[in-house]
Amino acid sequence: MNRTPAVADGQDLGRRLRERDLTAAAAALNLIESRAQAARDQADELLCEVSPAALGAEAPGHVIGVTGPPGVGKSSLLSRLVAEWRHRGRTVAVLAVDPSSRRSGGSLLGDRARIEADPKDRSVFVRSTAAGDRLGGLAPATRTAAAALAAAFDVVVIETVGVGQSETEVADVADTVAVVLQPASGDVLQFLKAGIMEVPDVLVLTKADLQGPARRALADLNAAMAALGASDTAICPVSSIPPAAGIDRLADALDAHRAGLDVSERRLGARRRHALDEFVAEHGRRGLRALGGRLEAERWLGRQDPGLDVPALGRALEARATERR
Amino acid sequence: MMRTYAGHSDAKRSNELYRRNLEKGQTGLSIAFDLPTQTGYDPDHELARGEVGKVGVSIAHEGDMATLLDQIPLGQMNTSMTINATAAWLLALYVVAAEKQGVAEQELQGTTQNDILKEYLSRGTYAFPPGPSMRLIADTIAYAVQHIPKWNPINICSYHLQEAGATPVQEIAFTMSNAIAVLDAVRQRVPDELMGSVFGRISFFVNAGVRFIEEHAKLRAMAILWDELGRDRYGVEDDKHRRLRYGVQVNSLGLTEAQPENNVYRIALEALAVTLGRNARARALQLPAWNEALGLPRPWDQQWSLRLQQILAYETDLLEYPDIFEGSKVMDGLVAELLEGAREEMHRVAELGGAVDAVDYMKAALVESHRKRWQRIESGEQVAVGMNKFTSTEPSPLTAGADGGILVVDPEVEAEQRAAVERWRAARDQAAVDEALESLARVARDDGENIMPATIAAARAGATTGEWAQTLREAFGEYRAPTGVGEAVAAPTEELSELRGEVERLSEGLGRRLKFLVGKPGLDGHSNGAEQIAVRARDAGMDVVYEGIRLTPTQIATSAAQEGVHVIGLSILSGSHRELIPSVLDALREAGIEDVPVVVGGIIPEVDADALREAGIAAVYTPKDWNLNGMMRDIVELVASRHGVETAVGA
Repeated sequence: MNRTPAVADGQDLGRRLRERDLTAAAAALNLIESRAQAARDQADELLCEVSPAALGAEAPGHVIGVTGPPGVGKSSLLSRLVAEWRHRGRTVAVLAVDPSSRRSGGSLLGDRARIEADPKDRSVFVRSTAAGDRLGGLAPATRTAAAALAAAFDVVVIETVGVGQSETEVADVADTVAVVLQPASGDVLQFLKAGIMEVPDVLVLTKADLQGPARRALADLNAAMAALGASDTAICPVSSIPPAAGIDRLADALDAHRAGLDVSERRLGARRRHALDEFVAEHGRRGLRALGGRLEAERWLGRQDPGLDVPALGRALEARATERR
Repeated sequence: MMRTYAGHSDAKRSNELYRRNLEKGQTGLSIAFDLPTQTGYDPDHELARGEVGKVGVSIAHEGDMATLLDQIPLGQMNTSMTINATAAWLLALYVVAAEKQGVAEQELQGTTQNDILKEYLSRGTYAFPPGPSMRLIADTIAYAVQHIPKWNPINICSYHLQEAGATPVQEIAFTMSNAIAVLDAVRQRVPDELMGSVFGRISFFVNAGVRFIEEHAKLRAMAILWDELGRDRYGVEDDKHRRLRYGVQVNSLGLTEAQPENNVYRIALEALAVTLGRNARARALQLPAWNEALGLPRPWDQQWSLRLQQILAYETDLLEYPDIFEGSKVMDGLVAELLEGAREEMHRVAELGGAVDAVDYMKAALVESHRKRWQRIESGEQVAVGMNKFTSTEPSPLTAGADGGILVVDPEVEAEQRAAVERWRAARDQAAVDEALESLARVARDDGENIMPATIAAARAGATTGEWAQTLREAFGEYRAPTGVGEAVAAPTEELSELRGEVERLSEGLGRRLKFLVGKPGLDGHSNGAEQIAVRARDAGMDVVYEGIRLTPTQIATSAAQEGVHVIGLSILSGSHRELIPSVLDALREAGIEDVPVVVGGIIPEVDADALREAGIAAVYTPKDWNLNGMMRDIVELVASRHGVETAVGA
């Protein structure tokens, strides 16, 4: 017989996160990542403790998605950004989604090594997870993890690799999406122009120390944004190698985007979509039919209490489906 | 020339060792530096903890260098220094030490290894990013050619590539590509008419494995490629300049911990690979000691190695004949085959933009080759006598002594060196040091100037190794080399599928996937073992957190806590396990995760293994535990029992 390992107390962990106890983060994520039924029940308790209803407002942390093709220098950039945020007195959590595939079921999570932070600084938290089924896709637990950590940390970064799909998925979780490019990332520009990729909130151009190429790339980006009618998207050239440059302006640009954003509306929409996605993943088309179709389900969700967390919304959807069957 | 790679503890003790070796008939010096010196940290730096004086001598300033070379006539000596990231600095210290003996720099003879790409690919003692590192190399070469004409400013190493798993074709191709990157960089910094002497001063440090016929062919192939390269790419006209000059350290990868006495035969056969045919014969030979896989060799072990070289040179008729393979169809065929493969591979590296840009590609290719090699050993396809075949043995009298047959470095050395470097800093002219470092920083930022004069000035002023490197780190930035482990692809075997089943069942019981942190604490850069463990654990279905080399105990504990791992594996080959592992355990306690089990792998003598187990280490693995699947099964069982989950293995 399997003896089930002891399960952490979700309510307690949620309460600690709400009180901004950063040492609860690791155990909270262990719980959120677990697929065991007992742990899932506890994870629901945890989320309830950090729901807008419990907090009396949206979680205070700024959830930022950072994405871009491999090799553009995202990790060096993040190392610098983390240092900048710490300099500004903010606590930071990074959820690094590793692109390596799960061919054997296992994965190699190396990205963390690339984010340099003082290991003694308990106000920086880095956790890596394997990607979902395709390149850059979020692992299912990442959405939940970001929501929970936003209660405790000032900044929560979700770092993913890829272009096209991944920033759309990140946009669903993050308040602000930053796409990172380097000079000569011409294909990304094409993606943007062709509408394959949505216009991000902030565009970061790395390797700005490469004088000529960086200037050309910047001109191209400005022109492309103007053509797309997105000239208010901030474009931030940065250099992460010494002497680093542009990092403070990037941090300002991220702040500015957040300041101009209706956070509750963006997050409320995200929670409802997340709950519906999970419901569909669990109950399929038949479940969706029981709700009267996707549009009807979305309308119904729109009438629910905006303070509900995702599991609570999920339970409500299930109850409704049973009711209507 | 005959010499043995030596140096340990501090300058004074190593000086005594060198003088004894010279008395025994050794004709040159080969200096081994400790890891802090190799990576540019002073003995009192946090990262130096446990590493001072371990794998070589600690040299923190010109005073140490003067003591190291005391009463050794530098005007006549040929000195080889195994130093790379900090080569420019150690060469400067050598120049200053000679100056004090009254020997001018033009007189000096010797070699600085000074090859950075293989540090990224295999050995791990890099300090700066690739671009600035290549500039340091080019600067030392340009300086040496013009001021220290008898010095070999670089010794391009294929050696460590083979240790990292390179096939002969990869070894040839990656080494030649590396040489091209170096020469292209130097071409920017010296007048054209000097390129001939630059080419002529470049030497190689190669490996020779036990398949000694093929290995000999490899060297002949390298000689042909080098000659072509000189003529066609660099327009070197003098035949002498185009001759492949190389030294050898024969293979340590194939040396076994099981029945270590057999290594003596392996070493003798490997020595034949580099001496048999006159047309591709080594200029300098270094033989490892029989007990390298156990720990640091003692003076007697080194004497035994030296005697083998002397027997080859003076008792056999090896040196009496012209090239004995000339006209051999078999040899010519082998060489042609290797040449074809190597040219193809060089082409691929060139297409990626050359060796500097292809580091990621080459690293991944090496990790993959090494994995294949390891699978062949595990399956028995590749025989290692005494290890995976013919394993029954009588107890060995060689390892029965109280010291376990290895040298133990006095743990007091580190404390002594920390105090000594503090005294040094207190006693010197600080204003002169500050000024010298300032001008070093200025030169570092100006790509057009040669770094050597400012470096020699800083050495003369009394700057320390750590100060020189820190100044450059600030100017150049820091760097982490690729781990190469992301790329390698799993080739499922029946045993592996079974193992995956166990991992799945355990993960099911745990609620989430078994998560394993593989950590390399300290400065030791020999990451081949850790990489193979990480790859195999991934192939077995675990989530593996591998963050590369050079981590502090706090970094490891912080990652383990934040990542929520179920088990930690530490790999240490530098002999600093006695200091580092207890530090990691302390850090884990501090992070509140002392309940996460820790296993350790590396070159760990049996007496130390017992102590580690007593300190709370769940298992200790040494080179004789070569069956990786067995190790993975142990780990599954360990986590299962700690979490009270039953598996088929644990039942």
